[in-house]
Amino acid sequence: MLSIPAEGVAYSSAAGVTSRGVAEPTAVALDRVTKRFGELTAIDQISLAVRRGELMTLLGPSGCGKTTLLNLVAGFLLPESGEIVIDGRQVTDIPTYRRETGIMFQSYALFPHMNVAENVGYGLRMRRLPKPEIARRVTDALALVKLEGVNDRKPRQLSGGQQQRVALARALIIRPKVLLLDEPFSALDRNLRAAMQVELKDIQRKLGVTTIFVTHDQGEALSLSDRIAVIAEGRIRQLGAPGEIYRRPADRFVASFIGDVNVLSARIERNDGATATVAVGGARVLVPAGPLKAVEPGGTVDLFLRPEDLRVAREGEAIAVHGLVRTQVYQGAHIDLYVEVPQAASGRVLLRLTAHEGSSVPPPGTWIGIAIISVEAVAFPQMTGGGRTPGT
Amino acid sequence: MREGSAHPLLRLLGGTTVAAILGFLILPAFVVTLAAFNGKAILSFPPETWSWRWFIKAIAYQDFQAGLHNGLIVTGWASSIALVVGAAFALALDRYRFRLKRTLELVLLSPLVIPHFTIGLGFLILAAQLGFARGYAVIVACHIVLVLPFVLRSVYISLRNLDPSLELAAASLGAPPHRVLTSITLPLLVPGLVSGWLFAAILSFNEFTASLFVTAQRTQTLPVAMYNYVREFADPSMAAISVIYIAGTAMLLIFANAFLGLGKVLNVEHSR
Repeated sequence: MLSIPAEGVAYSSAAGVTSRGVAEPTAVALDRVTKRFGELTAIDQISLAVRRGELMTLLGPSGCGKTTLLNLVAGFLLPESGEIVIDGRQVTDIPTYRRETGIMFQSYALFPHMNVAENVGYGLRMRRLPKPEIARRVTDALALVKLEGVNDRKPRQLSGGQQQRVALARALIIRPKVLLLDEPFSALDRNLRAAMQVELKDIQRKLGVTTIFVTHDQGEALSLSDRIAVIAEGRIRQLGAPGEIYRRPADRFVASFIGDVNVLSARIERNDGATATVAVGGARVLVPAGPLKAVEPGGTVDLFLRPEDLRVAREGEAIAVHGLVRTQVYQGAHIDLYVEVPQAASGRVLLRLTAHEGSSVPPPGTWIGIAIISVEAVAFPQMTGGGRTPGT
Repeated sequence: MREGSAHPLLRLLGGTTVAAILGFLILPAFVVTLAAFNGKAILSFPPETWSWRWFIKAIAYQDFQAGLHNGLIVTGWASSIALVVGAAFALALDRYRFRLKRTLELVLLSPLVIPHFTIGLGFLILAAQLGFARGYAVIVACHIVLVLPFVLRSVYISLRNLDPSLELAAASLGAPPHRVLTSITLPLLVPGLVSGWLFAAILSFNEFTASLFVTAQRTQTLPVAMYNYVREFADPSMAAISVIYIAGTAMLLIFANAFLGLGKVLNVEHSR
């Protein structure tokens, strides 16, 4: 369906195999990297191994240190301590221009005084390649990002999507050891964003280029990544595949930051060390026991439930909580139902019903029972003193 | 921005005000221009008879010719040296943190505070002490000090407007620092550099107060020559040379506009 002429930017060694023919699983390794800005510790002893060819997302709220981490890999910043290894080479003290990283900025940072072809060929001119080869590879790179016939235009004559394609071609043409993407989609409108995401993923997979992707958009992270590193306050809170992060968040922060979540008070009924059964109203849910070690059976915990894990209780179904329907929000594929529930941490619960169920969605003002349809959920000890984390 | 929404009377009032301000700004030049074409040997307004002869006299006048020549030499050197020095300081102030940075900023901008005659007098005393008074060097040095703040400001603003990620992108693509400077930073600074140089050149060429102190009969610049002339004569050739002055400066700006766009040259427009 997609034919991508990857020749111009293809990697001489097939993804993951070095000249010796040995598979090198790690493309970028950070070892206890620390970066401070004055009093502030932006990156606190982070260790991270990015596998060759994978798309690793650094996800976190603004100011969490994810962009700093990207800048450290690019060499725009130098760490106070720790080591950075790219492709088996220690680069901690090596300047940016000898690191062979390709970077795409949020602003795209296209050179305004150069046309598209000159922008894309810049990296090759810096490497003093012969002109015919540069011309050939520029053509290939622009074909790869499906941008043809605009070689002579200046960046300001291009649309946002086109500018992004130029930026991507310019970063890929040098065959970078790692591609760094700094919030690349945030300047695009919603429709274009989705299309560009799919395309980027296709190109990335086709070339097998190791990619580190920085975003604060958890939806984007979930849909694009091979793995996600959730970062907060300069530390990695959880590292894992998108499904893992979504379904098995390691702590309260990850659980509330990724996706929408409802927090309900629940009581531990049984804890066998591996899993625990918690009760909320008449419903029972099985959760991993890991985070609950310190809580005695009979103690109360916060149960984190995704909106799609809940539904309006049917006849005879175990009811977790009761609530008053406040608002229906029609989202096309699904319907969001906001229900006022006093027992919920935020005072309300969000139900995500598929449109197919939508025919029987209770109107605002209805008193309903809420049932739990998920078998997978997580629970964490209740926070003491500081009150509760608001759910959504 | 929102045109057409204002009351017609308000619009009329606004238009009149703008016209009045423009008229007020142009008035001196207008009076002088008309006076330059006076047929009689008096500076009066409006003239009763018309003639080109003061232009011919002004152009032929030996002191004005020498003054123009001296002025161009001084302006050329002063604004060019100020451009290099100012650009270097602007880069340093923008890119590096160092001790006494704040002090350096203040010193570089101080000629805006210190009166021109003080600077001229200072250079005169200094040059006399060092024994090379009344040469070109002291005038050029004096003018550099006078125009440096303007060059510095112009280049500094351009640097601030430069997206830092452009240079980072270039570095990531394999450009070592000196090639980032020559292929990215400098080309994008061209409007700022040109505007800085133009400001410096126009200021230097028109500078009178400080120049009066540091020039000699042999090295006097055009404004000084004009002053000396007007002390002895009061005929319309003064007005004629003023008109030539205005026309020259206007042509310089038109020239710059044709190549770079006036908005960019005057640094009132964002470079991207």
